[in-house]
Formats: sequence, structure tokens, C-alpha cells
Amino acid sequence: MSLVSGGADYRGPVAGGAGIAYAEPSLASVGDYIALMKPRVMSLVVFTALVGLAVAPASMHPLTAFTALLCIAVGAGASGALNMAYDADIDACMTRTSQRPVPKGRVRPGEALAFGVTLAGFSVVTLGLFVNWLSAGLLAFTIFFYAVIYTVWLKRSTPQNIVIGGAAGAFPPMIGWAAATGSLSLEPILLFAIIFFWTPPHFWALALYKSDDYARAGVPMLPVVAGDMAARRQILLYTLILAPLGIAPWLLGYAGLLYGMTAIITGAIMLMLAVMIYRERRPKDAAARKMFAFSILYLFLLFAVLLVNNGWGGLIG
Amino acid sequence: MTEPDKDDGIVLTDAQKRARRSRSIAIAWALAALVLLFFIMTLVKGPGVLIRPI
Repeated sequence: MSLVSGGADYRGPVAGGAGIAYAEPSLASVGDYIALMKPRVMSLVVFTALVGLAVAPASMHPLTAFTALLCIAVGAGASGALNMAYDADIDACMTRTSQRPVPKGRVRPGEALAFGVTLAGFSVVTLGLFVNWLSAGLLAFTIFFYAVIYTVWLKRSTPQNIVIGGAAGAFPPMIGWAAATGSLSLEPILLFAIIFFWTPPHFWALALYKSDDYARAGVPMLPVVAGDMAARRQILLYTLILAPLGIAPWLLGYAGLLYGMTAIITGAIMLMLAVMIYRERRPKDAAARKMFAFSILYLFLLFAVLLVNNGWGGLIG
Repeated sequence: MTEPDKDDGIVLTDAQKRARRSRSIAIAWALAALVLLFFIMTLVKGPGVLIRPI
């Protein structure tokens, strides 16, 4: 698929005379460009980055912290735009994504690509200039990892796509921590690991009841290529790793009792749902739907309680 | 109504003009916000803006 010229496929005929061909003027609205940045994904990225930044043992001027979060948000938006620029063909085949601006023909892949590259450049350079270059380097690597390693390479080639690609979504708390401290340690790596092992049960639960969509789009999600049972077994295995990992910050003394209790209770619910998924058979999909919805709440609760429990150390010096 | 001369290039419809105008205004706001951010952050960092530990 061509990133630059592919737009003509979606936007209809190119205007112009016999000698000169003019590209059709864009009808894209500001809202279309906001949609390219995947605002819902961006909100989770900003939240986890905020937690990484706030629990870090360092003080930061509130405006510097705001700038760091803004750059991370814009960097996440850049990743989303680059992903949509490349994945227009896949997005057009799936009900969940078919209304996105590129498959709908309102924005061309080349325009989305230019938008993504511009946002990526501005976010990384601004973070480097005003915060530090470690966090800027991590942000640049995260954008590269999501746009190139995951979107271009893994997504279409292996059922392990969202396992390895999940690293891109796990980096934001590390970037937040690095922005506050200028260094990395075990705590942010633990936060990274929680999101990393959370990603497979979350996305495979979705893939279980959207497998027809993924099969139609040719995306080799685990339930599509390895079968329903393999995906259910893998969801259970990853949740068995995730639940104790979620409790680890409390066990290692990085978080308080409130966090520990929340992680134990919500981890137990995650395990219960994973067992229900393991026992469920198609065409039933209630457990998978519950797992997909609850996994979002699980991650949000863990990070929100960590934020409350550990205070706002990184934001208020 | 006469057909536009091909040498004039593309003649935008009203909808295209409105879309272009809204995009232009958004870009202007984004640039103004960026200028403001750089100005405020320079004040916040003071002389430290030139010290950027890696």
C-alpha cells in the first residue's frame, strides 16, 4: 500500500484536464484531524503518563509537568495518525474502524502521514528542549515502535502482534517518570510490565467477539489464526501473570495498602473473568465482552489508586 | 454560467472553502498556542532553558 498516493483510491476521481491533473481539494474538517489522533487512546496514554510523572520521587514545576504531558499527548496523537495513514485498507473492512476519516475518504493517507510526522517532530523536540532528552528519546522510540514496528510490520504478519506491539502502549508511564526524574528505575519498569501484560487479555477478549471483522480484514489476530480455544487459553495465562504483577508495587513497598487491596480485588475479578472466558464456547461471548470492558476499568483503577495513594510527588515539589 | 478556464486551476466549492477556512483557523490557533508555550516555558526555565541534561 502506498502511503502517499493511496488516497486517490478513497477520494474518487482526480479533477483536472488532459495535460494537468489536480488533486481534489480536501473537505476534511478540524474534527477529522482530531479523530486521526485517536482521542480515546490518547486519554489513557495521558493518564498513565500522568501517574508515572506524579509518583516519581522528584519535584517539577507545574508548567513543566503540563508541557511534558502535552508533548506525550501530542506524540500519542502522532502515533494514531501514522497508524491510520497506513491502515486505511484494514480500517475500511472493519465495522469498528470503517468510519475513520481515511477509509471514509475525508482525509487522504498522505495527509494523515504528513500530519503524524509533523506532530511527532514537534512533540519530541519540544519535550527535549523544555523537559529532558531521555523522555524525548523514549517518546520518539514509542512513536516509532507503534507506527513502524507494530503497524507496518507486526500487525499484518504475526498473531503475536498485540503482545509485542503492546509495548508501545506501556511506555507512557516510563516517559512520565523519565520526564520527572531524568532517569529510570525498577518502579516505572513495573508500571510498564503491568500495561504490557494487560494488553493481550484486553485485545484478545475483543478479538474473540470481533474475530469475523479481523478475518475479513486479513489481520492475523490469535483467535483468527490459532483458533478460539488457543486465544481463550492465552487470555487465562496472561491474566495469571497480570494479577500478581498488579499487586507487585504494593508487595515491593512502592505503593500503600489501599493500592494493594484494590489490586487484589480487581485482579481476582480479572482472573474470574479469564476463567469464564476459558470455559465459554462460541457463539456465546458474554464473558469476552465483560473482560474487554472490565479490563479498561482494571487498569484505570490500578493507576488511579496509585496516583491517590502515592500522592502528587512529581507535580508538587 | 460559463465553465471556468482550465488555466485557473481548481475552483473551490463553498463547502471546500469553509473546510479550508476552519483548518486554517485551527492551524493559526495551534501556532499561537505553541508560541505562547515557548514564551511561558522560557520564562519558567529562565537561564536554565539553555541547560538541558541528557
